[in-house]
Amino acid sequence: MKIRAQIGMVLNLDKCIGCHTCSVTCKNVWTNREGVEYAWFNNVETKPGVGYPKEWENQKKWNGGWERKANGKIQPKMGPKWRILAKIFANPDLPEIDDYYEPFDFDYGHLQTAGESQTMPTARPRSMVSGERMEKIEWGPNWEEILGGEFSKRSKDTNFEGVEKEIYGEFENTFMMYLPRLCEHCLNPACVAACPSGAIYKREDDGIVLIDQEKCRGWRMCVSGCPYKKIYYNWSSGKSEKCVFCYPRIESGQPTVCSETCVGRIRYLGVVLYDADRIGDAAATSDERDLYEEQLKVFLDPNDPKVIEQARKDGVPDDWLEAAKKSPVYKMAMDWKVAFPLHPEYRTLPMVWYIPPLSPLQSAAEAGKIGVDGEMPDVKSLRIPVRYLANLLTAGKEAPVVSALERMLAMRAYMRAKTIDGVIDEVVAEKVGLTGAMIEDMYRIMAIANYEDRFVIPTTHREISEDAYDVRGSCGFSFGNGCTVGPAESDLFGVKRTRTTQTPTDRFKEQV
Amino acid sequence: MSDYLNTLLFTVYPYVALAIMIVGSVLRYEREPYSWRSGSSQLLRRRQLVWGSVLFHVGVLFLFFGHFVGLLTPHFVYEHFISAEAKQLLAIIAGSIAGIVCFIGLTMLIHRRFFDPRIRATSTFADNAILVILWIQLTLGLITVPYSLQHTDGSVMLALSEWAQRILTLRIDGTAELVAAQAWPYQVHILLGLTIFLIFPFSRLVHMLSVPVRYMWRPGYQVVRERNRREAPNRIPAE
Repeated sequence: MKIRAQIGMVLNLDKCIGCHTCSVTCKNVWTNREGVEYAWFNNVETKPGVGYPKEWENQKKWNGGWERKANGKIQPKMGPKWRILAKIFANPDLPEIDDYYEPFDFDYGHLQTAGESQTMPTARPRSMVSGERMEKIEWGPNWEEILGGEFSKRSKDTNFEGVEKEIYGEFENTFMMYLPRLCEHCLNPACVAACPSGAIYKREDDGIVLIDQEKCRGWRMCVSGCPYKKIYYNWSSGKSEKCVFCYPRIESGQPTVCSETCVGRIRYLGVVLYDADRIGDAAATSDERDLYEEQLKVFLDPNDPKVIEQARKDGVPDDWLEAAKKSPVYKMAMDWKVAFPLHPEYRTLPMVWYIPPLSPLQSAAEAGKIGVDGEMPDVKSLRIPVRYLANLLTAGKEAPVVSALERMLAMRAYMRAKTIDGVIDEVVAEKVGLTGAMIEDMYRIMAIANYEDRFVIPTTHREISEDAYDVRGSCGFSFGNGCTVGPAESDLFGVKRTRTTQTPTDRFKEQV
Repeated sequence: MSDYLNTLLFTVYPYVALAIMIVGSVLRYEREPYSWRSGSSQLLRRRQLVWGSVLFHVGVLFLFFGHFVGLLTPHFVYEHFISAEAKQLLAIIAGSIAGIVCFIGLTMLIHRRFFDPRIRATSTFADNAILVILWIQLTLGLITVPYSLQHTDGSVMLALSEWAQRILTLRIDGTAELVAAQAWPYQVHILLGLTIFLIFPFSRLVHMLSVPVRYMWRPGYQVVRERNRREAPNRIPAE
């Protein structure tokens, strides 16, 4: 057993209102630069839809993630290492910028400089890549907002697999939900595996996956390797970039920008302890429908004395162990089993999890033909097909998703009975395998969602790895090689460097 | 005067070019690692790149290793296996095929770079210049083929190999004449080749030094970085 800690995230889709505040604040902080105008480290998609970039979930097209070979081992879906290297001159699995969208701006200056005319001057779009006039914008970062476009196009969504999708094209039966997406900071990241330069790495102490901008050579295999298409090639710098999980904020105990600014309070951050030795077996599970449960087995109980003892030996600081006990992420994933990984069938063991959304009952059901199971409506009569959610979150296995939805309905029924009728209804709790106390805890964290309950983030122990004395007068966080003096211990002329901190990560050493 | 010029171009200039290439590359790797990249533009336009890039790279790699082995293998090493005449014929045939493959690819890449609006708008002067220089160099190389066919005894090839080997082994007496005696395409091809060495560290060509072959024997797939644990803090602890 080799215990590591990770800051995981859960998004409660039941509360997401699709306001895009997360996307916009993230954009303003991280990707408002030349070369990544088209890149959104965080974006919100309306589902069903093909998403951003187009059809990112269709791995037959993009070859992202892992596949299990006949001998039980896994390898990137792009192929074995020699095959990946063979794609280096031209990568057939790489999306073109039009698969995302061609970034554009408008000629706002024209509104002020236009001469006198009979009609109002307009600000027309212009490409941010070529600088040329764009007569018609044909795609954007959120083109399918609130089911924009025809059903025939958005129904290419691969999550419709096994669903009789035609009836959902009818207005009366249509359904939708929001899906905010960011880098999953996987336990078994396919981007790391596909990087020929070894520039992408996972941090041992908090699990954040980063690209070393000085080692990246722009071979762009990671863009294809990542099945979530959450690595973006910066066409200006020639390096790949990705969501950094706002690591400078996480290190100082603050939530990521997307979480901090979420007006719906749907995001949760907390420590999850996991057994690094079990990752390989879990990722190579034979039936992809079992991957969700196998990933649960990788997580460790933070209250187990044996786990605590081993974690201390493996260098997990005590305040991280304390934070793990209070982790909202662990509670939702493990205790209540209401959160699920996004597309576990990619075998990357993602660490950003989702609580599936409840949805209004079908009108037919409401008109008396309702499938009611005692106090609660039958989740099969919810507007969003369970199979659709299962395809998204559990590789098609419906039982865990049904259970989670029932628990959320039970929470409502229990709290309604308590606050309206003044009755403690233990029966409804027992029916879904919970207790009244657990439901009240769920209610406090999922419904009330106070700041300190949503974000339980221990600070990084910089004092372990660096001497504050050396950091005096050093360069702070900068982009690219803003203040680097090179990778070696001494400079070109043999003088030992006074080690100053370029980024908080440059004191990491590599361990394969 | 012409002796002076020949010495300057074919004896002094090679050392200047090689020195700048080596020192420049080390400095860039050391001081500007963020600028060290392949500079792919595939994201912006896939069309013409897939065929262009593959043909160009396959051709140019063959030509590079052909020149490397062909010029730098001393005559006495191979004379028992292959005669100079046969070696030259082999070089002409194989080099021509690779040269044409490379030429097709490079021409596609140049067309794409100068006529695709996205690529043209996002190209730097160095991106454009290196493509044109390589195209001229490749064309000069192909022009030498008919000249080589005029003397099938391999004497020119031997003279040029001798020149390259003498430069690398610091035997500079009379070296320049080995090149100066040849036809103009050989001379210009060599001068431009040396110039490519010279501009190497200032262009995207540096990416060839980072060919990620180490990936093949990197153990497993995952890369994890752990924190350095400070062994001994260099300060005296407080009481």
